[in-house]
Amino acid sequence: MAMVRNWFCRALIIGCVLLSGCSQLPRASLYQQIGGEQGSEQLVDAFIQQIGNDPQILPYFEKASVAHFRAGFLAHLCAVLDGPCAYRGDSMEQIHRGMNINERDFNRVVELLIAAMNETQMPVTLQNRVLARLAPMRGEIIHL
Amino acid sequence: MKRFSRVLSVLFWLIIPWGAKAAEGKILATPGVSQIEGSAGGGIVPWAQLAGYASEDEWSLSGFCSRANLTDFRLDVCGVQANLFDHVEFSIARQQFDVPALNTQIEQQIIGAKWRVYGDIVYSTWPQVSVGWQHKSLKDGSVARLVGAETTSGNDFYVSASQLHLGAVAGLNWFWGVTARHTSANQLGLLGHGGEKSNTKWMVEASSAVFLSPYWAVGAEYRQKPDNLGLGETHWRDWFVAWFPNKSLSVTAAYLDLGSIAGAPNQTGWYLSFMGYY
Repeated sequence: MAMVRNWFCRALIIGCVLLSGCSQLPRASLYQQIGGEQGSEQLVDAFIQQIGNDPQILPYFEKASVAHFRAGFLAHLCAVLDGPCAYRGDSMEQIHRGMNINERDFNRVVELLIAAMNETQMPVTLQNRVLARLAPMRGEIIHL
Repeated sequence: MKRFSRVLSVLFWLIIPWGAKAAEGKILATPGVSQIEGSAGGGIVPWAQLAGYASEDEWSLSGFCSRANLTDFRLDVCGVQANLFDHVEFSIARQQFDVPALNTQIEQQIIGAKWRVYGDIVYSTWPQVSVGWQHKSLKDGSVARLVGAETTSGNDFYVSASQLHLGAVAGLNWFWGVTARHTSANQLGLLGHGGEKSNTKWMVEASSAVFLSPYWAVGAEYRQKPDNLGLGETHWRDWFVAWFPNKSLSVTAAYLDLGSIAGAPNQTGWYLSFMGYY
């Protein structure tokens, strides 16, 4: 019993040391992890390519300016992924109002973004973390 | 065996015309697979998701065949599901339970329905929640009566909650599901319903999985079961690997630990399941 307690205490101490060690390391922001300005430009360009080749999603962009979308998405991505930017563009709700986007088309866009992340060789674990930041915005995008 | 392979080949060559599909509105793998009673779920536990890739304005059909090879028994199941607008799921499954020692087979049909009450496993703040019903009836109830079951058909009702957390475990997607089931079934109903120690109860079931990639998931399941017959019926457990190569197909393999079945202890074995989505 004493030995078990001994082991337990030791494990606890090691655990605490490890945890405090980790929390002291400055962790790179998701924006830095996806390659900062250069990385996000590559990603957004690949994403625009994907949209351009997708007959299901392209019609939504019929009247959109690619340059405007590119600049807006880059700024938004940078802000959402804790990069050194503040997004000052229109809100997600303002942008998507009147488009009446359904669940299926929303998920299709998610798939195109995943395809773009694959194209830029982003590891799956990083992809998931990026998607986790974007997913909560669905309510401000669909059914408007 | 013959029927198992026949249904499997029909599944492959007719129900899944490669490419053309009725519904693709969900993200890959998020509908899960089929559990052995025909509802969308894991291998043994129903989940809150509805079968197939139908989203709010689509319908979908799916079908599956599964086999469990245990120490003293074998279970073959095939079934189909229809998903209407990701709000309702209807299912029919047929189970064939082989007992080689008695040179006998038990056949059971299960019809099921599931309603999505709230949420989306990926996007909603709270977990997706569904309620479901499974009606089970034995083709020939003689074995069930022999072991002391009260009836040869019965109903299960369940409530399920499931959620997928993106990037939650070292950047990998983590899934969990919990189900509470009101049941009087003995070994899924294969040994009838109720018995000497009978009382209908709420049972707890749970699943958890980690997606190693968008295509591969590994996980485990637990299913609590009543012991109405006094034959020492125990909880079930499994450890599984599921592969989702595309939105038309999934393959699931599992190691099963089903405890004691009809008095035969230590029933462990292997499970394999194919599912096609249209």
